[in-house]
Amino acid sequence: MIRLDCVNKIYRVTEPGGTAKRDFHALRDVSLDIENGSIYGIIGRSGAGKSTLIRCVNLLERPSSGRVFINEVEMTALGEAKLRAARRKIGMIFQSFNLLANRTVFGNIAFPLELERWSKQEIKDRVNEIALLVGIDDKLAQYPSQLSGGQKQRVGIARALANRPDLLLSDEATSALDPQTTKSVLRLLRDINEKLGLTVILITHEMDVIKEICDSVAVLDSGEVVEEGSVLKVFTTPLKSVTKELMTSVMQTRLPDSFADLKFTGERGSRETDILLQLSFFGSVAAQPIISDLVRGFDVDVNILAAHIDHIRATPCGTLIIQLSGEDRGGALDYLLDMNLKVEVIGYVARFNDITH
Amino acid sequence: MSQDLTILLIKGLADTAYMVGASSAISFLFGLPLGVILSITAPDGIGTNRPLYGALSLLVNIGRSIPFIILMVAIIPFTRFLVGTSIGTNAAVVPLSVSAIPFVGRVVESALREIDDGIIEAALSMGATPFDIIRKVLLPEALPAIISGLTLTVISLIGYSAMAGAIGGGGLGDIAIRYGYQRFMPEVMLATVIVLVLMVQFFQFAGDRLSGMARHDKKTEK
Repeated sequence: MIRLDCVNKIYRVTEPGGTAKRDFHALRDVSLDIENGSIYGIIGRSGAGKSTLIRCVNLLERPSSGRVFINEVEMTALGEAKLRAARRKIGMIFQSFNLLANRTVFGNIAFPLELERWSKQEIKDRVNEIALLVGIDDKLAQYPSQLSGGQKQRVGIARALANRPDLLLSDEATSALDPQTTKSVLRLLRDINEKLGLTVILITHEMDVIKEICDSVAVLDSGEVVEEGSVLKVFTTPLKSVTKELMTSVMQTRLPDSFADLKFTGERGSRETDILLQLSFFGSVAAQPIISDLVRGFDVDVNILAAHIDHIRATPCGTLIIQLSGEDRGGALDYLLDMNLKVEVIGYVARFNDITH
Repeated sequence: MSQDLTILLIKGLADTAYMVGASSAISFLFGLPLGVILSITAPDGIGTNRPLYGALSLLVNIGRSIPFIILMVAIIPFTRFLVGTSIGTNAAVVPLSVSAIPFVGRVVESALREIDDGIIEAALSMGATPFDIIRKVLLPEALPAIISGLTLTVISLIGYSAMAGAIGGGGLGDIAIRYGYQRFMPEVMLATVIVLVLMVQFFQFAGDRLSGMARHDKKTEK
């Protein structure tokens, strides 16, 4: 269990262009409980304090106040030597890889083992083993400059895992990679998490990364955790606008731009008004043929205006924006409200045919 | 070229080589740790120590701002204390080293400060001690730049060693002045200049090769 208890980080910064100093609150009362063996994502826009937060876990940044525990060991109470020993059991990977340019792949992976004074033979065996695990066993004699970005990050991962850590910290590890490579690196992290039972804490600004591999997520905004929980929960019922904003790239839950000019009324108007609805569903509901039930059971027309269906880990989820028209639309709405899904009435609009052009 | 002249030149070359070799070795020996201390105690270093950095930096700046010819004369008592005499090649090695140590210090400092902070951070995250970082990260990563800087030092020492003739240091510069200039023997002047040019060419070439062999951060890998 990794526990952050009321962590604050305050920097003294000089005002731009002046000599006046002020305090910058990079982290504000951050408390997190991270379960062993899970993949925990921390997401936020740039400047939200993600980098500072992940560095407070292995104390590359020392919190101004608050405590950090890793498996009952209070990191913030350790002296220099003990802290170094504790860090050897925490791997870390970086956006810019941070490999040693003048060492071969082998030398880079061997680095943390040399720090622990392993014997030459032990190092050789371990490096070969771990290189095989991350799929760079044929690159050991090459230098980092000869590798692609994805290969470099695999070396970074191998280096971080060499010393058999309990915890892996990932600092925007896929942000410098193309989407294809990102996917393969994320898959590798997921594999490692499952095979080795390693806890992973990652920071990212991309919801895709969270969706792809995380079990739980915390949303960081201006140094504060504004939302926290299982990925499924945060994705399906985002509470804060920051979260919704971060999610727009993954879940297209907005009405398409061409609908922006529509005039909505808040009330059910005459028979000539249609209902615009947003349906959000996840889990078993996704398997039910709701739309065909609607059309069969009620005298309504259903027009799908926007839809997005996705999988968070193994759970299907999605959103649907539909236009309901016809005599029975009130009854249809009641039917939907009874179903196990989230129904949001966007508004009532005068019947528009030009939308369906 | 007469035989006498050839012997003279060989003797001069040997003296120059001795002065440059000895002062290079001494200045690397002291300049390297000086540069390491400068880079780690600097405001953005891994062991920031403002008073120490300020004091060393001031000392280095003073050392570097004194013209060599003046330094040579000014430290004669120190030279005499160390080698027992103030004339000859041994005596020339002292001011040459003293002037080159601060230079090497700065060269090493700037080479080490070029190392990406991210690499140092990665080493810290793996539990490296400051000593591990110096030995296994900073110096190996900066090696190509350090070699280039040392090449530069050797070449300027060749230039400075020519001035050491003024205190009877011997060497090629001394020959050029005494024979070529004072005795109006332009062929001696020309010959010494050619030898000096060849020496500089050789060290530059060798330095570039060594630096290139140590460098692995470019895509142009053999």
